[in-house]
Amino acid sequence: MSLKTLFKKEPAPAGYEPATYPAPAVDNPETNTAEADEKKEEHADSSTVCPKCKQTFEKSVLRESFNVCPACGYHFVISAERRVRYLVDQGSFKPLKCKVAFANPLENPEYESKITSLQEKTGLEEAVYTGVGKIEGHEAVIGVMSSKFLMGSMGIAVGEKVTNAFEYAEKKKLPVILFTASGGARMQEGILSLMQMAKTSAAVERFSKNGGLYISVLTHPTTGGVTASFATLGDITLAEPEALIGFAGPRVIEQTIGQKLPEGFQRSEFLMEHGFVDQIVPRDKMRETLGHILRLHSKRGK
Amino acid sequence: MVKEIDERIQEIDNEIENMQKEEIVDEAQIYVLKRERHDLIKMCKNLSPHVKVYLARHKKRPKITEYVENIFSDFFEQRGDDLGKEDASIYGGIAMFHGRPVTVLGHRKGTDLAENMKCNFGMPGPEGYRKALRLMKQAEKFGRPIITFIDTPGAYPGLEAEMYGQGTAIANNLAKMSDLKVPVIAIVTGEGSSGGALAIGVANTVLMLENSVYSILSPEGYASILWKDATRSDEACELMKLTAQDLLSFRVIDAIIPEPVGGAHLNPKAVFKTVDKYIKHELDRYAKAGPEEIAKLRYKKFRNIDSEFLKVAQW
Repeated sequence: MSLKTLFKKEPAPAGYEPATYPAPAVDNPETNTAEADEKKEEHADSSTVCPKCKQTFEKSVLRESFNVCPACGYHFVISAERRVRYLVDQGSFKPLKCKVAFANPLENPEYESKITSLQEKTGLEEAVYTGVGKIEGHEAVIGVMSSKFLMGSMGIAVGEKVTNAFEYAEKKKLPVILFTASGGARMQEGILSLMQMAKTSAAVERFSKNGGLYISVLTHPTTGGVTASFATLGDITLAEPEALIGFAGPRVIEQTIGQKLPEGFQRSEFLMEHGFVDQIVPRDKMRETLGHILRLHSKRGK
Repeated sequence: MVKEIDERIQEIDNEIENMQKEEIVDEAQIYVLKRERHDLIKMCKNLSPHVKVYLARHKKRPKITEYVENIFSDFFEQRGDDLGKEDASIYGGIAMFHGRPVTVLGHRKGTDLAENMKCNFGMPGPEGYRKALRLMKQAEKFGRPIITFIDTPGAYPGLEAEMYGQGTAIANNLAKMSDLKVPVIAIVTGEGSSGGALAIGVANTVLMLENSVYSILSPEGYASILWKDATRSDEACELMKLTAQDLLSFRVIDAIIPEPVGGAHLNPKAVFKTVDKYIKHELDRYAKAGPEEIAKLRYKKFRNIDSEFLKVAQW
């Protein structure tokens, strides 16, 4: 199934003009992310076991429930494309063109082939997928990070695409919604990955100073350099239930303090309790909630 | 090897000092020792990255407190984040520099074990970063240039640090620093690791001491991610491209401040003098720029920091 068919499957609901959908961002539609994920997630008998409650579900059941376990509410990791599909008004999504050439500042001999194979496997250019789409009729720049692409780590390409998304939104006076999922800065690009933290944060600051609305949605897992840059700079910060969110990883902290971490530490609920998250939003309510926030910001207060 | 050389140099220094205290000074022997010292130092040229990491972390390497004492005058220390805590791992305040008031701040590791503990070995928590931001925003209010000294193994990976928003605190510093309307000069004096270093490093000019290092995380952390073995940090150093020379070639930093051969700790006075010269040169450069221009220059610098590697087809 190609991206084109994904978004054009159903006629667009009345009330807005569906944008024409451009050529798919993926080079090879046969190895589409959603398709690949489904194959991976499912066993031969086309059913999936929930890692939390260990119950088995038909794939069709899971797909209807937004890839959330119907029994315990466990949120399965989903692909960037599927996330977008759950979110936007049908046919309204258009990827942002920001192709970043491969860079290998540390001259790591295995890095390029790793990226190429990941691009083939996931159908994504890089660990973040950006575009413009409508949510309940409100247009926004949307970015989704994929933990399936080198743990969603941020190197030059990710930093550039995120920065580019903010610059585009500023130019077009659109809000930005980012779904973060990342292990942090990308080790393979060394100090230049670290600099992406400064670059993206500066872009958010500039966008924000010009009155732009930025909604950050933290999904499992959001850690390291992404937590310490654009992920935590939203005007409004949402999180998916039970997502791991933190700066240092739990293993590192356990080694440092020499004891086990308490249950629920660094999870969405913990972060909300400590004042860093506005609301925890389950996946089936995400579209509605974002639509609500966008509606509240569609007119300037006086 | 440099470790042995370094230890021998310390021995020689002690010997010479003791000999000079005696009634009859054995000039000939002192000359022999000085010769040896000179030859040893000469061996310290073209150091490999892991040796630079060793020097960058050297116990006697000049600390922020010494830089403040020797380069600035009339220092007034400021403490606290105004939100409930004082974090001693960030040291800072207001001082005079060649007749103009500046805000100076940086990581403090401490000079002895008791102080190391108090300063958490230079690893700030969120309170430290909020304190740094408080000082910087105040500097902006009064139009004071900001000079930061970077020397940290990284932000502290602790339970409370996470609870009180380590990530958010660092992110806020990066964002707010990018828009400061006064010149910011950052100098990596020792080790600059991870977001913990960058959180006070979004500067108009970023300088590095010749034997300092600046990296995405500590070599130990890198080795443990790469090979699940922190003891292979020396190998990691060779791969990470973390030396001042590497960073200059990436154009991530603006200039390298030369150190005495063998490391800054061998002649701190000379280092203070050179650092002073570099700061003055940079501040003079920005003296005529207006506030908006200064912020714009800094934004552009970080927006294009990876331009060497970046080829983009834009929308």
